[in-house]
Amino acid sequence: MNENVSLADSPSQPPDMGHKSLQVEQFSYDNKSVQLFAFATIFWSVIGMLAGLLAAVELYYPGANLNLPATTFGRVRPVHTNAVIFAFVGNGIFMGVYYSLQRLCKARMFSDKLSRIHFWGWQTIIVVGAVSLLAGYTSGKEYAELEWPVDIAITFIWVIFGINIFGTILKRRESHLYVAIWFYIATWVTVAMLHIVNSFERPFSWFKSYSWYAGVQDALVQWWYGHNAVAFFLTTPYLGLMYYFLPKAANRPVYSYRLSIIHFWSLIFIYIWAGPHHLLYTALPDWAQSLGVVFSVMLIAPSWGGMLNGLFTLRGAWDKVREDPILKFMVVAVTCYGMATLEGPMLSLKSVNAISHFTDWTIAHVHIGALGWNGFLTFGVLYWILPRIYNTPLYSKKLAGTHFWFGTIGIVLYAVPLYWAGFTQSMMWKSFTEEGQLKYQFLETVTQIIPLYITRSIGGTLYLSGVLIMVYNLYKTVKAGHLVKDEATSAYPLPKAITTHGKEHWHRWIERRPVQMLVLSLVAVAIGGILEMVPTFLIKSNIPTIAAVKPYTPLELQGRDIYIREGCYNCHSQMIRPFRDEVARYGDYSKAGEFVYDHPFQWGSKRTGPDLAREGGKYPDSWHYNHMMDPRIMSPGSIMPNYPWLLSNEIDTASTAAKIRAMQSLGVPYRSGYDALANTDLQTQARGIREQLAKDKIKTAPNAEILAVIAYLQRLGTDIKSVKP
Amino acid sequence: MMSVIILLLLSSISVAALFLAGFLWSVKSGQYDDADSPPVRILFDPSSKTADNILDHE
Repeated sequence: MNENVSLADSPSQPPDMGHKSLQVEQFSYDNKSVQLFAFATIFWSVIGMLAGLLAAVELYYPGANLNLPATTFGRVRPVHTNAVIFAFVGNGIFMGVYYSLQRLCKARMFSDKLSRIHFWGWQTIIVVGAVSLLAGYTSGKEYAELEWPVDIAITFIWVIFGINIFGTILKRRESHLYVAIWFYIATWVTVAMLHIVNSFERPFSWFKSYSWYAGVQDALVQWWYGHNAVAFFLTTPYLGLMYYFLPKAANRPVYSYRLSIIHFWSLIFIYIWAGPHHLLYTALPDWAQSLGVVFSVMLIAPSWGGMLNGLFTLRGAWDKVREDPILKFMVVAVTCYGMATLEGPMLSLKSVNAISHFTDWTIAHVHIGALGWNGFLTFGVLYWILPRIYNTPLYSKKLAGTHFWFGTIGIVLYAVPLYWAGFTQSMMWKSFTEEGQLKYQFLETVTQIIPLYITRSIGGTLYLSGVLIMVYNLYKTVKAGHLVKDEATSAYPLPKAITTHGKEHWHRWIERRPVQMLVLSLVAVAIGGILEMVPTFLIKSNIPTIAAVKPYTPLELQGRDIYIREGCYNCHSQMIRPFRDEVARYGDYSKAGEFVYDHPFQWGSKRTGPDLAREGGKYPDSWHYNHMMDPRIMSPGSIMPNYPWLLSNEIDTASTAAKIRAMQSLGVPYRSGYDALANTDLQTQARGIREQLAKDKIKTAPNAEILAVIAYLQRLGTDIKSVKP
Repeated sequence: MMSVIILLLLSSISVAALFLAGFLWSVKSGQYDDADSPPVRILFDPSSKTADNILDHE
């Protein structure tokens, strides 16, 4: 590459030698935004991982929640996932994009004001989101838990981000769009669509809503969203970052630019269809499951195209990797990406999924991605960017190396026990005695893996310790330097017309007209609004296919909302797959028609506790009462937290009418005018449960939340039992 | 029952169409005519003469 080195000394040649009139333009890069997003990335990484550590400890020491609602696993886990995905990785994306896009486009960000609105808007969303999740305001859909006002704020800030990046691309001084930019564009467009479609919801109060879709439909939309959140929030933007920062850190061009183009386009076309692999063996129609499997298996090709391109970039430079902690982080990140994207298609095969689904195997899989791919690439980028924008060397290369080893050993200690736990537990679930009885109680399969949960939390602690070392290292670096807020630079402007292609292309025209571009962007956003109309037409089709399945009573509905508020779905599934062991353990397998009134669906994705799809009638009311007060009274050794507040909290009966009306508008067939009568029915049913409890010498307040929870749990799965002979 | 698939297909296909348009534009406008200089070009930043060897790994 020696012949190119001379280019570094002077601004690159004018793009078109025929335009002698072109003058070098002086401008500057905005490093302030990069610095803000970098600090936010660091801050939220610590917060998100602390939440994860608390959740991990609670799995073997449930008392770690201090018996407070806000610190209970069901609420902490969504805070952990949201903080890591949208706060840590989200800010990491913005940091990397704001740094690299300016340099790739040879242009300052489109608007400093928008950059600032974007930054503070996103941080506000994170804080409001975290507080609302801890307070129990959740939509009950994994990775999309935030409630409707926050959803609207996210859409608004995402559009601001979009205007800012497209504005920058339009005023660029480099006509070629480097492959990283393509990844950024795909990220923006797809995340916008996913968020809007999955967030259709029917508000019934200022901070609560019901999902627009029900049951199977809700599950399909949710996992179409969920999988593509992995694809377009955790993968494509980070591949973009990889394509910029890995070559920069290694100071070598990417191995094959052609491969990067091919794998980019194939990746985005294939990824969007893979969602149903999260619903294998569920009540989702078979053909949709198979379609998801086929696309998931195909995904391995573009994914490994990206990994190999990253690793081969270091060909002949592995001696640098030995010396340079930044490259070490990046190499492990790309390797973890390769491992996770090999494992993903494998887990999508139905025979493997039959074993892995609902176990800790999935948790191990996602943490290879999160800790390895996203975490390590972010750390590499942070170590690379901060010294540069502060114009100072990194405080300690040695400490960065220590961080690397803490992190790497942390990942191994985190993931290996969870793979082990997932496989062990699944095998135990599926074991039968020679007489054909289930060999293990559910609880036995939980206590068996507790040592592995403990080891996992040690791995997590090590990883977090590494991050704290990084915080110290970067703090000392920043202290020693001085932020270059506006980094002066120069470049030739784009020629007014490209002569190579004769006729002027419409895109050329629009590039010089940011206002028109803004209008077009708004049109693009409006398409989302039009899409919003479609579900209203779909509602009529929510006709129950099983006549015995009836809407929830008002008390059960209130109980279901408490179930969602406490995040029970984080540990309990409501989906019995058609396997011998599941049918033997939980009852008849789940049918699509059973979920038509479930706004939102509550199938879950993990069985830390047993499935609840047919919980109704299995235990007396008093069992549930005592079990909620302290699960260990009824099941010694259980790791479920206590829910004492359900015994004293009062049911929010003021909301009943609004909830019934919201359900009616979503197509749930309560008779008209029922909203006014609902509380009377609620009281009658609650009185019945109170009397049942009184027979077992348990006294409850007339409106205690526990009554609603018991009503809901006793209803689960009973409709279909009643039609059975 | 599964009419939501229409919604998902509609939105997925419209995004795919958007990507297809992007792809066609990029090929037509000559974005990929040269696959050799772009990967090299990003390595040179005329402005950043500062702190280039932050780890002194010479």
